[in-house]
Amino acid sequence: MSKTKLIVATTSLAGCFGCHMSLLDIDERILELVEVVEFNRSPIDDFKEFTKECDLGLVEGGCCNAENVRVLREFREHCKILVAVGQCAITGGLPAMRNGISMKELLEEAYFNGVTVGNKMIPNDEEIPAILDRVYPCHEIVKIDAFLPGCAPRADLIWEVLNRIIEGKSLDNLTYKNFKYD
Amino acid sequence: MEQGHIKINIDGREIIAKEGQSIVQAARDNGIFIPTLCDFKSLQPAGTCRMCLVKVGERYVSACTTIVSQGMSVENESVELKENRKSLIEMLFVEGNHMCPSCEKSGNCQLQALAYRYQMTAPRYPFSFTQRKIDASLPYLVVEHNRCIQCLRCVRGVKAKDGHDIFGFIDRGGAIHISVDTTDTEAATEVIAQKAMDICPVGALIKKGGAYRVPIGERKYDNEVIGSDVEKERDKV
Ligand code: SF4
Ligand code: FES
Repeated sequence: MSKTKLIVATTSLAGCFGCHMSLLDIDERILELVEVVEFNRSPIDDFKEFTKECDLGLVEGGCCNAENVRVLREFREHCKILVAVGQCAITGGLPAMRNGISMKELLEEAYFNGVTVGNKMIPNDEEIPAILDRVYPCHEIVKIDAFLPGCAPRADLIWEVLNRIIEGKSLDNLTYKNFKYD
Repeated sequence: MEQGHIKINIDGREIIAKEGQSIVQAARDNGIFIPTLCDFKSLQPAGTCRMCLVKVGERYVSACTTIVSQGMSVENESVELKENRKSLIEMLFVEGNHMCPSCEKSGNCQLQALAYRYQMTAPRYPFSFTQRKIDASLPYLVVEHNRCIQCLRCVRGVKAKDGHDIFGFIDRGGAIHISVDTTDTEAATEVIAQKAMDICPVGALIKKGGAYRVPIGERKYDNEVIGSDVEKERDKV
């Protein structure tokens, strides 16, 4: 009888896709991975929506706009275990460097005063998700079950955590040389 | 026992300490690590960070400012103290803006290294996202106030040739921040910038022009847990 596969969803919110790159950085172990997991909603297989309930959700990036919040809530709803992957998801990361600066100043710098700005106007289309007052780490929006630090997390750390989750083991005492914040 | 030596015990283990030593020093001489941040080598201890909190009897004391006494019984490695320490590290992380991915000191930072030792993932407290200045006006030194943990190591340890102060503190409590006497010609020197960077446990004092030279994987705490150098000595004493 074939083993039931762990169903995994992944997404990148206010992140740079570096964490997803790091996941791909497990190299040929990805062949072992597809033996034990099945990807559902994820940029890896380009599923845009959930087609079933997932065992594990990996979230890269924090929340900087309303769309990020919507996606994160959807992940919480559909994933049994939700993991914040990388410093942006855990702390807000580099995007959070805007926190504490007024929205007016930010928009003016980005769309008026920046040295490379040509067509000076603040985008205001209803298609564009509303920007939040600041960048929020994921655990300030929904309950997060585990955190995987790093910028990006080392591929070996991701591999270790995936394996422990698959085997139902605790995530305490992760390998020191892989547990980094940069 | 030699003259000037006394017996104390740490976590039930009897050790010989020198009279006049702090608990931190006595522990270190015996291969026992007590985490510290503001304590630095021979500098007069300041007791500002509380990282070294241990229990003597029923009382919490800072081990860097408490002098050993005959028969003293110290608790250092309990679950409770470990949890306190982790919580204190988390408070330091949320109090300032510690963006490890973009910090020149990453891999060599003692605050980060302690966070690794205690496996901090997400702090249990909300980030303050406080706005602080970066002062890069001096020719060799950058003062990154976002990362300062107010340990006073620079104030106590970096002095001009004739011994006068270069670093000082302004304000008190939550508003406290370090200041550099920029009118002092020595503050503008490369020597002082290097000294400042070396003494600062975090990335608040950075010497210009030398960042990111050591590749990831070869930095001080990339492979070595902070305190493991002390603990390695344990079997030898
Ligand atoms: S600048 Fe560095 S050494 Fe000085 S008080 Fe701040 S953290 Fe301590
Ligand atoms: S090391 Fe003892 S209070 Fe800072």
